[in-house]
Amino acid sequence: MGTEVEQGTTIDAERLAAIRADFPILAAEPAGVPLVYLDSGATSQQPRQVLDAEWAFRTGRNAAVHRGAHTLAGLATDDYEAARERIARFVGARPERLSWAMNATDALNEVGLSLAEANRAPAVDPRLRIGPGDEILITEAEHHANLLPWQRLADETGATLRWIAVDDDGVWTEADALAAITGRTRLIAIAHVSNVTGLVAPVEAIVAAARAHGALVVLDACQSVPHRPVDLDALGVDAAAFSGHKMLGPGGIGVLYLRAELGDALPPARVGGSMITTVTMTERDFLPAPQRFEAGTQPVSAIVGLAAAVDYLEGVGMAAIDAHELALGRRLAEGVTAIDGVRLVGPRPGAERAGVASVIVDGVHAHDVGQVLDAQGIAVRVGHHCAQPLHRRLGVAATTRASAYLYTTEGEVDRFLDVLAGVRDYFGAR
Amino acid sequence: MSDPLAGLYQELILEHAKRREGEGLIEPYDAERFLKNPTCGDEIRLRVRLEDGRIAALGWEGQGCSISQASASVLAEEAPGLAVADARVRIEALRELLRSRGAAEPDEQLLGDAVAFAGVARFPMRVKCAMLAWVALEEALLEAEAR
Ligand SMILES: Cc1ncc(COP(=O)(O)O)c(C=O)c1O
Repeated sequence: MGTEVEQGTTIDAERLAAIRADFPILAAEPAGVPLVYLDSGATSQQPRQVLDAEWAFRTGRNAAVHRGAHTLAGLATDDYEAARERIARFVGARPERLSWAMNATDALNEVGLSLAEANRAPAVDPRLRIGPGDEILITEAEHHANLLPWQRLADETGATLRWIAVDDDGVWTEADALAAITGRTRLIAIAHVSNVTGLVAPVEAIVAAARAHGALVVLDACQSVPHRPVDLDALGVDAAAFSGHKMLGPGGIGVLYLRAELGDALPPARVGGSMITTVTMTERDFLPAPQRFEAGTQPVSAIVGLAAAVDYLEGVGMAAIDAHELALGRRLAEGVTAIDGVRLVGPRPGAERAGVASVIVDGVHAHDVGQVLDAQGIAVRVGHHCAQPLHRRLGVAATTRASAYLYTTEGEVDRFLDVLAGVRDYFGAR
Repeated sequence: MSDPLAGLYQELILEHAKRREGEGLIEPYDAERFLKNPTCGDEIRLRVRLEDGRIAALGWEGQGCSISQASASVLAEEAPGLAVADARVRIEALRELLRSRGAAEPDEQLLGDAVAFAGVARFPMRVKCAMLAWVALEEALLEAEAR
């Protein structure tokens, strides 16, 4: 398959050029100038290898999985389950702990809805019980996908939603988290890596504190699994969610990770075909996890594509990708801080930050900043990045975010910094 | 290198974005509308007072990109004194112009300084920004008349 790249600890110039050649869209010129794609935090681009894998599946092996008895159905089912094993190995999980979702939002909703369902039952499994007097703990920096499901669960169960407050930079610390976790905490839901600030959460410490207090931990791994080595079983979280489209995979496929005890205790939010053992006109018995969370036909070719994306990422090496992006994050943070009238959100330069930088340009709205960048072919995200409470805390409606991935070059980061440095002059904001 | 954004950020727009004509909430008023563009967070609160079927006064508060703020400022400069029916014609004319993707010829006679927004038509992602204050007025006029 595709380019054979040797796994290393960094991505050197030659390797980077080879990687970029695998992504046809990086040669596109949507704004009439060469594209500088700095919006991988929103969605990543796909290499040929992923498209080829989907093509091969759809043209040679496509059939309904786990349903038919014909040969083709067997081949499709083999690919489908091999993909689950492949992706599970990538995140350090046993395959039966991964079930498919539409995206991370869908996976997080599944957990929230299932917990609500569990608490409606006459006899609630004590591990899942959440009610009045209990607390659900999140942070003020969460993506709406990791906020709204918990708001709703609190509303439905009578539990209290609490959050770890952020400081003026949008940052919170391990000490803040540990102080907030108490005997009343029943569930903790946090982003492993923030999509706005690039802050990396102290997951090990949080899991240890949660264990000590008997709380469940849900990890929003949307911005970590695509970018750094992640071992979910070793982290010891109870549930985790991530999206295929942010890790070189196709859209429409996400992953829900559930620790075995939780997976088999949680009632599924969605019911229907492919997730039952016995059904009568009035009753139903569910399959164990993961199938119990996979009602209906799954997007099999997207799943096969996601497995190819994982192959690609591991071909380059997650440690190398992580090192590459940390370096780009540093370059972004330092570069932005050096520009007069531009405020960096998130960890200060020198502190750990993923390959992302969100900025506030004094006197210029993010939408206008994005327009000036776009005119030079630089694609960034402007807005609240689905984190309105965080932006309200920062005192702005919108920020401008540049986010990197394995195919991002230092030259692209410098191009962004260059144009950003001229924005205030353009609008006469100084 | 020619500025690819010159058509969008006309001098008049940048100037109005700073001047913020008509900023402030008027008292008394006949109707108030608060509108928000959820994709980018632009927002405006606009008040209007009518006398004898004409716009007697208009004031606004808001935050957002230069396009949205400038368009509120231009509106506040142009609207007072207009008959309600004429204001509606202008709002509709601006809407048509902005939605034309650059195909329509702006009617300077009718639109006045708002022709400066003609360039926005080539940036479909910004049309809502430019229309925000004008839609707020459109809705406020309906509300005022319903009273
Ligand atoms: C931290 C974080 N959580 C959740 C999501 C939601 O992902 P999706 O829209 O793929 O469900 C995103 C992506 O925008 C994200 O960055």
